Amino acid sequence: MKSLVRTFGPLVAIAVLAVLLLVVAPAVLSPFRLNNLGKYCCWAIAAVGIGLAWGRGGMLVMGQGVFFGIGGYAMAMHLKLEAAGPEGIPDFMLLYGDGTMPGWWEPFRSGAFTLFAIIALPAVAAAILGYAIFKRRVKGAYFAILTQALAVVFATLLIATIQETGGFNGLNQFTFFFGYNLYDPVNKKMVYSIAAGLLIGCLVLVWQLYRSRFGELLIATRDAEERVRFLGHDPANVKLAAFVVAAVMASIGGAMFAPIAGIISPSDVDATASIFLIAGVALGGRALLLGPALGALAVGYGRSTLSESFPDQWTYFLGALFIAVILLFPAGLASAVGRAARLVVRPKEATP
Amino acid sequence: MKIDHPSPDDLGQDYLEIRGLTVDFDGFKAVDGVDLTLLQGRVHFLIGPNGAGKTTLVDAATGLVPATGLARYRNQDLLSMRSHKIVRAGVGRTFQTATVFEELSVLQNLDIAGGVHRSPFALLRARRGVPSYVAEALETVGLADLRDRPAGVLAHGQKQWLEIGMLLVQDARVMLLDEPVAGMSAEEREETGALLQRIGEERTIVVIEHDMDFVREFADVVTVMHAGKVLMEGSVTEIQASPEVQEVYLGRTVEGTSHA
Repeated sequence: MKSLVRTFGPLVAIAVLAVLLLVVAPAVLSPFRLNNLGKYCCWAIAAVGIGLAWGRGGMLVMGQGVFFGIGGYAMAMHLKLEAAGPEGIPDFMLLYGDGTMPGWWEPFRSGAFTLFAIIALPAVAAAILGYAIFKRRVKGAYFAILTQALAVVFATLLIATIQETGGFNGLNQFTFFFGYNLYDPVNKKMVYSIAAGLLIGCLVLVWQLYRSRFGELLIATRDAEERVRFLGHDPANVKLAAFVVAAVMASIGGAMFAPIAGIISPSDVDATASIFLIAGVALGGRALLLGPALGALAVGYGRSTLSESFPDQWTYFLGALFIAVILLFPAGLASAVGRAARLVVRPKEATP
Repeated sequence: MKIDHPSPDDLGQDYLEIRGLTVDFDGFKAVDGVDLTLLQGRVHFLIGPNGAGKTTLVDAATGLVPATGLARYRNQDLLSMRSHKIVRAGVGRTFQTATVFEELSVLQNLDIAGGVHRSPFALLRARRGVPSYVAEALETVGLADLRDRPAGVLAHGQKQWLEIGMLLVQDARVMLLDEPVAGMSAEEREETGALLQRIGEERTIVVIEHDMDFVREFADVVTVMHAGKVLMEGSVTEIQASPEVQEVYLGRTVEGTSHA
C-alpha cells in the first residue's frame, strides 16, 4: 500500500494539475488570463527539463534559452511563412533586406518539417555540445558559465542578423497556426490546451524517467560521478541523455511560446530569460517531480501580476521572494508541501 | 630478489598479469617496474608502508592514472582502456573510503551495479521485483535485512560489504579492494575475511591492507611493496621471516635508504 502511494501518488498529483490546467482554467479565466497562463505553461515545459538536468543530473543549465529559442524561432519561422502565404516572404525581409529570403528558411514552409526540426535541431545541438562538454569532464561552475555564455552568444547573433531573423524585434505578427486563425478565441484556447497538454505529457515522461533505472543512475551520477565509472558506465553518456531530453523540452516550450505570446525575440531567449527559467525551478524545488513546473508557473504569474501593479519595482519583489525561499526552503516550495504532508502522515506510520 | 611466477596458462586458470608496470608522476616513479601475476582462487594481499605505491598500482590497472608497461586480463590490455570499459571487462575495484550512493537504498545500490548487464532501453523501465543476482549478492554479503534502508545510514563496515556486494552484482572476476577492513571492529574483520574467502574461490581477489593480523589470518599470497617496487612475494610465514620486510616495516629504512 505504502509503495503504491509512493509509485502512483505523483501520477495522481499530475492528474490533478491536468484537470486544473485543461478543465478548470479554460472555464474560469478570461481569454487574456488564459493566454498568459499558456505562456507560463511554455516556461514550465522548459523548467521540467531543467529539473531533470539540474535537479536530478546536477548540471546547472544556465543557457536553456538557447534551446527555447531554437524551438521558438523554428515555429515562428513557419508561422511567419504561413502568414506570408505560399510563395510569399516575411514582411521584415522586405523592410530591412533586399526582399530575398535566405535558403535555410525555405524548408520551414512545411509544417511537418518544422515539427521535426523542433525536436531534432535541439537534440542534435545538445548532443554535439554535450558530447564535447561531458567527455572533457567539464562540470560545476564551469559548465554553468559555459551554457550561460551560449545564451548570450545566441541572443547577440539574433540581434546582429536582422535581415535573416528579424533582429532585436524578433518574429511577430503571426496570423495562422497550422491553418487555424490565431485571432479566433476558440483557436487561441486550442493552442493553450496544446501547450498545457504538452506540459502534462512532459511531466508524465519525467515521472517515468525518475522511477526508471536510468533515473537512479542519473542520481548516482550526480552524487558520485567517479563511482559510476566503476559500475561500468560512462557518466558522460548518462549526463548527455538527460541534457538532450532537457534541450528538447525547452525547444517544445519555445515552439508553443511563439504562437501564444504572438512574438519571439532575443529578449525571450537571452541570458536573463534563461535565468528566469532557472529561478522558477529553484523556487519550486529542482529535484522534485512537480517542483520545477509549479515554480515556473508561479514565477510567470508573479512576473505578470507584479509588473502590472508595480511596473518599476516588481523585479525587487521577485528577488526578495527568491531569497526568502532559498533561505527557508532550500529544496523548494514543493518540498514544504511534502514536509507538511509527512507531518500529518507520520504518526500513523510510526509502527511498521 | 628473484620471484618465481607460475605460468597461469599451464594451470588453465583465470589471471591478471602485470609486467613492468610503471607510473611516473613528473619524474617521481610512484610505481616502478612492478611484475605481478594474480591468480584466480587465491586471496592475494598487497602490503607495504604508506607511499609504497599500492593504491597507485590499482589506480593504474583500473584506468585512473596513466601508466606504462603491461596489465593484461583475458588478452585485453587494461592500460589502454578507459575505466568503465575495464569494469565491463570484469575487473572491479573499491576505494579506501567506501563510496556508496547514500540517497539510494541498499537494494538500489546493488541493482544499479547490475547496469553493466542491461541494454540502454532496459534502463528506461522501472525496476520490478529483485533480480536473482541481486538477491544472491544481498544474501552473500549479509545485508538482506537492510535492503530497503538508505545506504547513507549503514555502518562503516556495512558500507564496505555493500561495495563488495556491488562488485558481485557487477560480476567482477577480478576484485581489487583498497583497505576494505580499515576502521572495522574485530568481529567485522572476521566476517569480511570469511566473506572474501567464500567469494574468492572462483575469483581473483586482491586486497590492499595494513592490518597484519588480518593479513596473517586470510592471505594466501602476500606481495610486499616498498618505494614503488615489489620487495618480496610469498606466503605469510615467508614474508614474516624476511629481515628485509621487517626492516621496512619497523621504519628503520624509510625513504632514501637503499635495501639492496
